[in-house]
Amino acid sequence: MAGDAALHRRIEAVWRIEAAKVIGVVARMVRDVGTAEDLAQEALIAALERWPTDGVPNNPGAWLMATAKNRALDWLRQRALHERKQEELGADADARGDHVVPDFSDALDAAREDYGDDLLRLVFAACHPVLPREGQLALTLRLLGGLTTAEIARAFVVPEATIAQRIVRAKRTLSEAGMPFEVPRGEALATRLTVVLEVIYLLFNEGYAATAGDDWMRPALCEEALRLGRVLAVLAPAEPEVHGLVALMEIQASRTRARTDAQGRPILLLAQDRGRWDRLLIGRGLAALARAASLQGGDETGGGPYALQAAIAACHARAPEAEGTDWARIVSLYDRLLDRQPSPVVALNRAVAVGMAHGPATALPLVEALLPLPQMQRYHLLHAVLGDLLAKLGRGAEARRAFERAAELTSNERELGLLMDRARAAGS
Amino acid sequence: MRVMVMVKATKSSEAGVMPPTELFEAMGRYNEELVKAGVMLAGEGLHPSARGVRMRFDGTTRTVVDGPFAETKELVAGFWLWQVRSMDEAVEWLRRCPNPMLEASEVEIRPVYEAEDFGEALTPELREKNERLRKESAARQGHPHGR
Repeated sequence: MAGDAALHRRIEAVWRIEAAKVIGVVARMVRDVGTAEDLAQEALIAALERWPTDGVPNNPGAWLMATAKNRALDWLRQRALHERKQEELGADADARGDHVVPDFSDALDAAREDYGDDLLRLVFAACHPVLPREGQLALTLRLLGGLTTAEIARAFVVPEATIAQRIVRAKRTLSEAGMPFEVPRGEALATRLTVVLEVIYLLFNEGYAATAGDDWMRPALCEEALRLGRVLAVLAPAEPEVHGLVALMEIQASRTRARTDAQGRPILLLAQDRGRWDRLLIGRGLAALARAASLQGGDETGGGPYALQAAIAACHARAPEAEGTDWARIVSLYDRLLDRQPSPVVALNRAVAVGMAHGPATALPLVEALLPLPQMQRYHLLHAVLGDLLAKLGRGAEARRAFERAAELTSNERELGLLMDRARAAGS
Repeated sequence: MRVMVMVKATKSSEAGVMPPTELFEAMGRYNEELVKAGVMLAGEGLHPSARGVRMRFDGTTRTVVDGPFAETKELVAGFWLWQVRSMDEAVEWLRRCPNPMLEASEVEIRPVYEAEDFGEALTPELREKNERLRKESAARQGHPHGR
C-alpha cells in the first residue's frame, strides 16, 4: 500500500532527525550508550506500531523523546528493584541506595530542552579511544547519523554482518570499560577532541576518495561527515580545530564537481576548471577558517593541523586561476604544519610548494632527502614528484626512470596510465 | 543531497508588509534549529517583486521588464538551501517551519542537481570502469583508509 510506504518513509526521516538527540538524552539517564540505543530503538518500534493507526503526532520528535524517556525510567526502576532484591539478600540495604537516586534526579533533568551537552557526550562516546577505529566509524554513523547497519555496510563496502558485529562489539566495549558518559575536561578534552576530528575527517575522506564503494553511498558519507562537522561546530564553538576541520572539508568539497573529467579520470588541482568550484561551499569554508583564526589570535597561520590545512586549501580557493596561487604563503603554511605534525608526506607536499614558489632546482634536494626514508621508498607520489622536478630541469632520462618507478608502485590504474604517459614524454 | 526551499509570495509579502515580531522570533528559532542540525547552508528573504526586474530571452533579443509581476502565488519571496539526506527529511523539516506568511501560504521544495545525478549521461566505458573499481575495492576492503 502506497500510504503505508509513505508513512514508513516519513517515520524513517523523523528518526534520522531525532535519533542522536534521543539516544544522547537516554544515555545520560541510563549511563550506557548501548542500553540507550536499545531503548531508543524501542521508541522507534513503538512509533512504527502506533502511528499508522493513531496518526503521526503533531510533534513527532517530542513523542519519540517522551516514549524513550519512559522506557528508560522503566529500565531504571527495574534495575533499582533488582538491586534492592540483591541487597536484601546481601544485608547492607543502605549502602547502595546512593547509586540509584542520582539516576532518577538526572532523569528529571532531562526535561530540559537543550540537548547540546547530551549530543556532545554522545560524540565523545562514539569516538572513544578505547574503541578500534572501525568501531568508532560505525558507531558514529549509527548513533549520530541515524544510519542503518545496511547503509553503513554499503558505505564501507563490507558485509552487513561485519558492521553489525562491529557495532555490537563497540557498544559492549564501552559498557565493559564503564566509561563515564561525559564531556572530557581540561587536557583530556584536547586529546579526545583530536580523536573525534580524526573520525569525522576519515569519514569525509572515505566519501571524497571516489575510487571505492557504492556510487550512491559515497557522496552520502562525505555529506554526513560535513554535517557532523557543522553540528560539532555549533556544539563546541570555542574549539578552533573544529572550525578548522569544517573549513577544510567545505573547501575540499567545493572541488567535487571539478575533480574528475567526463570519463571519471582524476583532474589535478592546478588543472581543474575553477569555474566549476562550488562558491557557496568556498564561502562557508572561508567563513569557518575565519572563525578558527579569530579563536587563535586572529592569525590564519597560528592554528592546529586542520586549520593549517584549511588555510592551505584556502590559498587555492582564493586564487582566481592556478597561476595566481600564492605559493610563498603555502610554503610558510607547510612550514608551520611540519612543526605541528612532522611527517615525510607533509615534507613532500612542502617540497612541491617550494618547487612552485622558488623553482625546481631549490625543491629537488628536499625531495631527494626524503628518498632514503624507509617509509617513503614505496610511496609512488614521491617518485612522481621527483620525476616532475627532474623533467622541469631537463634531466629527461632520470625523470623517465622516476616516473617508471612511480608507475610500478601505484595500485591505481588511472594513475598508472598517467605516469606511463609522463615517463614516455620525459624519456628522450 | 541539497534542496532549495522556496517560500512563495503572498499579497502582504508583495505589499512589503513586514511580519510581526513574534513571527520573526519564531523564524529565528527555526533557523537556529536548522543550523544546529547541520541542515542550513544558506537562506535569504527577497524584496517584493515591485523592486525586481525580469529579462525575456528570445534568440539574441533581450527585453527588460520591470516589476511588480502579476501571478503572486508563483513568485518567490524567500529561499533556503538545505543539506538533507532525503526529500522525506526535507519535508519533515519543513513541517516544523512556522507559517512564514501572515496569510495562507505555500512553500516548495526542489532537489538541486548534484554531480551524481548525471549518472544517466555516463558513457558505457565509464560505467564499466566504475564496476571494475567496485570489484577492486571489494578486494581491498581490509584497508579502508589506504589512500
